[in-house]
Amino acid sequence: MSAAAPQTWDEFMEGVWKQNPTFVMILGMCPTLAVTVSAINAISMGLSTALVLIASCGLVSMMRNVTPKEVRIAVYIVIIATFVTAVDYAIQAISLALYDALGAFIQLIVVNCIILGRAEAHAAKNPPWPAMVNAAGMGVGFTIGLLALGVVREILGAGTLFGISLFGVGFQPWVIMVLPPGGFFVLGAWLLFFSWLERRKLRRQSSATEVAHHV
Amino acid sequence: MSEPSSTEKKVIPIAVAAPEAAVPESPAGPMIRTLGLVSAICGLIIVGAYQGTYDAVAANKRIATERAVFKVLPKAKSIGEFVAAPGGGIARVGAGETAIPPGAVKFFAAWDEAGKLAGIAAEGGAKGYADTVRIMFGYQPDCQCVVGIGVVSMRETPGIGDKILTDKEFLANFNALDAKLKEDLSALANEVKAVKHGTKSGAWQVDAIAGATITSRAVGKAINDTAQALLPRLVPNLDKLGSKS
Amino acid sequence: MTTPIEIRSAPHVQSAKTVEMIMRHVVYSLLPICAFYVFQYGVSALASIIVVTGACLLTERFFVGTGTQAGRLSDYSAVITGLLLALTLPPGFPLWMGAVAGIVAIALGKALFGGIGFNVFNPALVGRAFVQAAFPTAIATYTPSFLPGRFTEFIPSTLALPLMIPADPASWLKAKSLDALAGATPLAKWKFDGVLANADELLTSLSGHMAVGPSPLLILVCGAYLASRRFMDWRIPLAILGSAALTASLLYAFDAARYPNPFFMLFSGGLILGAVYMATDMATSPVTPKGMWVYGALIGLLTVVIRYYSGLPEGVMYAILIANAASPLIERITQPVPFGRGVLDRVKKRATYPLNPGYISREEANAVTPKKRFLPNKPKK
Repeated sequence: MSAAAPQTWDEFMEGVWKQNPTFVMILGMCPTLAVTVSAINAISMGLSTALVLIASCGLVSMMRNVTPKEVRIAVYIVIIATFVTAVDYAIQAISLALYDALGAFIQLIVVNCIILGRAEAHAAKNPPWPAMVNAAGMGVGFTIGLLALGVVREILGAGTLFGISLFGVGFQPWVIMVLPPGGFFVLGAWLLFFSWLERRKLRRQSSATEVAHHV
Repeated sequence: MSEPSSTEKKVIPIAVAAPEAAVPESPAGPMIRTLGLVSAICGLIIVGAYQGTYDAVAANKRIATERAVFKVLPKAKSIGEFVAAPGGGIARVGAGETAIPPGAVKFFAAWDEAGKLAGIAAEGGAKGYADTVRIMFGYQPDCQCVVGIGVVSMRETPGIGDKILTDKEFLANFNALDAKLKEDLSALANEVKAVKHGTKSGAWQVDAIAGATITSRAVGKAINDTAQALLPRLVPNLDKLGSKS
Repeated sequence: MTTPIEIRSAPHVQSAKTVEMIMRHVVYSLLPICAFYVFQYGVSALASIIVVTGACLLTERFFVGTGTQAGRLSDYSAVITGLLLALTLPPGFPLWMGAVAGIVAIALGKALFGGIGFNVFNPALVGRAFVQAAFPTAIATYTPSFLPGRFTEFIPSTLALPLMIPADPASWLKAKSLDALAGATPLAKWKFDGVLANADELLTSLSGHMAVGPSPLLILVCGAYLASRRFMDWRIPLAILGSAALTASLLYAFDAARYPNPFFMLFSGGLILGAVYMATDMATSPVTPKGMWVYGALIGLLTVVIRYYSGLPEGVMYAILIANAASPLIERITQPVPFGRGVLDRVKKRATYPLNPGYISREEANAVTPKKRFLPNKPKK
């Protein structure tokens, strides 16, 4: 696989849009629903996952020629767990408040199916550079997904965005948005929106081909 | 490693139960070698990350604890961590020690600028509406009273239970909440307890927030439980904390 | 344009009773209740009813317009949802929150499932459950009834700006020289302060400023009219009230000091409104007569249990929602047995196949299920 620019871009955009982990593949729902009460939590969770994803896909890809298939899952898990531990320490060093807000979900990145899925389906079959680009795309896609939820939930649930007050002091917070049901409602609304976009695109395409047939 | 190309292409779908017998098994040697290599690399990465972040993490934790203690004891300038052993007597916890003996109660002594004891801070927890409410409270030996509370962690309903953070009337309970010991120093003279809104009659009672009685009760119980366990051991030894050592 | 030929499966029996007609009569029967409610609480209650119902109708119109829904705007079902929702909210509930409740009720409670007849939960209660979780303070803020000047003056919380915290009516009440606690509902008073309301206050609230909801007596009268015209099944309300009364009197007999009397249980809060108008929603309650008894008994029991043992003063809403979810199951276990067949020979389980990709042909695997079309909406062409 050559690393020509347009191909690399396609590889990257694959995860960001076409195969977006949150809205298209519906993967990694546990952190998606649990930590998106504010935009800053969502971004930190997304970036942590992206970092683990890129680093572990790179290492998996480098070791792909020396990994016997019988032990590949064990190897992947060890590699992923290592980077999760490193990220866990890094977040503790950056901010304890953030670490408390994300809770167990940092450690739970180990069992996030996006990462194991990427390692098994892509990194194990491709050289390090494309594997890392693909992983970066997936990571960015996941971050966008989390951010989409986090922004809506923070605005309605607290009247703020990234901690900046939007509506002044009199804002009535929608308590439900920072509770678990709010996560489900907002996720459902976003999924509805994206499937509506998809439907509209399909309809336009089919009507375009119909016209072409008539002509 | 003998047949890298055959291991690379073949992907077995997980859903298929029976493995295909045709694929040759890899020999044990390369497997062990690979696992050893992976473990070595990963071990190095983890040790590197731990060493690299150790100082920052420790500093963060210290700052967080200090901030919590300073919030309930505004006059404090420096703190030290102690444990009160079950049989009586207190001992300072050295830096880096995390294990506390069973039955012992952890607390913080805080000193003001001159090195005089500014108060004691201790943590307590009790079941609230949704989950355990953990609070830190400050204790002032001079007046034998609780002088301030801060919430360490809680998951109470936003807008109702979390009023314990903001409700001015409720927080006024802890300006000087009576926590005197009995004459023989065996237990509190009056149990610290949350009572229904508007019925507070003694200096040891906590006037609950209307509509958030359960959470208020949890705060009262958390203070009471910890104070009952800690104060009888602490008060006879107060002079040991007299100045910053 | 040609008229589409309509092909329908059985039954083909014609009846004078249509969905629309039943719904219209339910609306008629709700009107006196709404009128008395407005008489109790004044112009704020009127505004609340209008805004909530309007929000429901607009949402319904939007979803019917997309062509993915069963039903029409003119079938009155959205009006019922709106009126019932408004009656369950506090009279001084901010109008913007009422609009949110109305939109959520129709969008989440009804449109998501496919429109009238497809909903699993009572839409009005879905809307109320949402605002209960979103705005717990506002929904617990009741104001006293029969205040002087209620027809010329809004309760201050009603007119809160969208997205903003409503004003606390306590100071407004103080200006009217009323205790702030006068605004608590009888249930909240009992739960948090241990004060029981008198029977006459509960029934109509004519004697004082008690903050009760719509009058239970009037609801019973209107419900009796509906039941007598067979627009509503009398079994469900009877089962609910019976089981609630039974549970409450058992507890009362057990410890009269701790538990209030059964009469208080029955006529406080929204139990009567829920039993007569909400639990009887045809789409969300069982159709078998035996099932109705089980369903009603479940609601009555749950209501009393939630009121006694949970942190919330009122339990009717959650009891009905839980029973709604259970009603398919109730229907299944209460199917009438055909004459001559023993109770024990149940229908055998269907044969199941392990799903193997090899069994599915390529055409089948790619098959697309045709989209459902509901005729009254006319497919867009």
